[in-house]
Amino acid sequence: MTPHSASNITLSAWRSRFLLGLLLLGFFGLVGRAAYLQGNDFLQKEGKSRYSRIVETSERRGMITDRRGEVLAISTPVASVCADPRKMEASKEQLENLAVLLKMDITEIQARVSDKRRGFVYLKRRVLPEAAESVAKMSVPGVFLKNEFQRFYPTKEMAAHVLGLTDIDDRGQEGVEREWQEKLASELGKRRVIRDRKGQIVEDVEKIRAARQGQDLVLSLDSGIQYLAHSGLKDAVEKNKAKAGSIVVLDAQTGEVLGLSNLPVYNPNRRTTINDTNIRNRALIDTFEPGSTLKPFAVAVAMEVGQVNPDTVVQTAPGTLRVGRATIRDVQDKGELTVAQIIQESSNVGTAKIALALPAQTLWEMLSRSGFGMPADIGFPGEAKGALRPYKTWRPIEQATMSYGHGISASLLQLARAYTLFTTGGELKPVSLLKQNSPTMGQQVISRATALAMSNMLELATQPGGTAPLAQVNGYRVAGKTGTAHKLIDGSYAKDRYISSFIGYAPASNPRLIIAVMLDEPSAGQYFGGAVAAPVFSRVMTGALRMLNVPHDAPANNIVLFPATPEVEIEEGIL
Amino acid sequence: MAKLNIVLVLILIASALSVVTSQHKARSLFVALENEQETARQLEVKWGKLQLEQSTLAMHGRIEQIARVKLNMKVPTASRVQIVTLNHPADGSDSESVRKP
Repeated sequence: MTPHSASNITLSAWRSRFLLGLLLLGFFGLVGRAAYLQGNDFLQKEGKSRYSRIVETSERRGMITDRRGEVLAISTPVASVCADPRKMEASKEQLENLAVLLKMDITEIQARVSDKRRGFVYLKRRVLPEAAESVAKMSVPGVFLKNEFQRFYPTKEMAAHVLGLTDIDDRGQEGVEREWQEKLASELGKRRVIRDRKGQIVEDVEKIRAARQGQDLVLSLDSGIQYLAHSGLKDAVEKNKAKAGSIVVLDAQTGEVLGLSNLPVYNPNRRTTINDTNIRNRALIDTFEPGSTLKPFAVAVAMEVGQVNPDTVVQTAPGTLRVGRATIRDVQDKGELTVAQIIQESSNVGTAKIALALPAQTLWEMLSRSGFGMPADIGFPGEAKGALRPYKTWRPIEQATMSYGHGISASLLQLARAYTLFTTGGELKPVSLLKQNSPTMGQQVISRATALAMSNMLELATQPGGTAPLAQVNGYRVAGKTGTAHKLIDGSYAKDRYISSFIGYAPASNPRLIIAVMLDEPSAGQYFGGAVAAPVFSRVMTGALRMLNVPHDAPANNIVLFPATPEVEIEEGIL
Repeated sequence: MAKLNIVLVLILIASALSVVTSQHKARSLFVALENEQETARQLEVKWGKLQLEQSTLAMHGRIEQIARVKLNMKVPTASRVQIVTLNHPADGSDSESVRKP
């Protein structure tokens, strides 16, 4: 063989070209296929899901604090165990482990994930952090954790009615939680990110929605005063075997609610204790016929129009007054009383006589402008507006009974608020559950002189000859009014069931606090407002004034012991 | 001409590599940022728990109970309290007496 022999073999040119053409064809085929696959949505999605994820960030719901920043409601993170039934693949053993960790029945878990069309189910909500961690470690495909928040109320039942409740999805259901839901609520954030092989987020692609933390809410409550009010009320309800009770503490100058409590109550951290009875915020949503605590308003307007002054003498003998076919009664025949004594001794006949001499419209305007018959606008769901009928439909007897608090109904908060007339020199202050940072503007209802004169008369009620010696507070001058009313049940007055109340304020020289106490059906023997409600007032007021460092306006040991004047006031309306 | 091409190729390679490194740096910095944010979140969670704990421990009822029972304390009666007013001479019944600052 010579080296030349190989080179002599010549292949025809078309063969190489054919091969080249074949290769090119194959190459273009691949390019075409690649280009075609680019447009395939399914593959696009699968590809992206290898690195791109949508991450949810949850923020906590806003805190609720009292006026001094003490926490009343706070959200803490908990984990919920969720599953995606479409993706879930768990071995028998894993299922058993899950069941143990979640303290659930294995069949229950299987039932929850049985619907393969659903992409999301909760296996168990709000599990303990340790259990959640163990579940995460098991890394069962299709089972994952979701961070959620649980609401805690560290003060337990103390402020339960004001604060209200949230549901399992952290939305407000009752009370402040519901009223200020928009402000308190947090917003879930969503963003698309790129993850690397280790699952770490390496790049933010886009923010789909920004997360927003709920704003904190500062209430007007003072947790110290709230505690005093709640514990004082609780003891009184127990001691007097009352069916229910409410207490409202207002700042006498700004109308802020410093304390508000009702019994029965529930523990908001234990939802199973809640029922229809104990969930009611009675002081705000329930109304009652206030009884004698309303007398100052009728008398004040009579003074305002110049019909009487504190020293005007009114004949209340013989202790009864016939109006039409009905009779208004005092417990005793008191003979001639001055207007001041009518308030001090709480005479129905005297008040009715004064009220009957007034034009109906004048009395109606006074009551209406004092906030009766319209909601106090405190911003609480379901707030009562009470009943004040238009004066054109009044009969004389109704005008008479209304002057001592019958045939008219109000919530305890409305009553307490109306007393701002006497603490601010005639202004009706707006009430508020939120802390006010600037002085509030009220509406002038009666003149300063009338308000002061009425205040002096109300002070007499706690002085010898008055109905409420037990409302006295050591070191301070106290003004107030008792009320004991037969309860209205199914349209008639129950003979042996009472609503006992006391509304008062101190120090009388420069009022700081208004406290209104109401006990429903005290049944341990005592039922006069001066005997069951006034001591609560005294106890709470003593503690609260000390807490606020209010200077004394009377010498210490100013308490005068004397028997309470037999109340002339247990009265009933005339139906 | 060939020389210029070589230089351009070298520059191209250098810039390509620097793109890779800077991307890598950006990513690791981002991971660090994410970690810090996670820490911040966890600290906030902890803060919330501590707040809850504090308010539970500082409940007025609990404090009163401890003060009364354990420490045997009493609320002073008004007769044992002396209130000092600033600027005003002691004048208990004065209706204009100032509020304590």
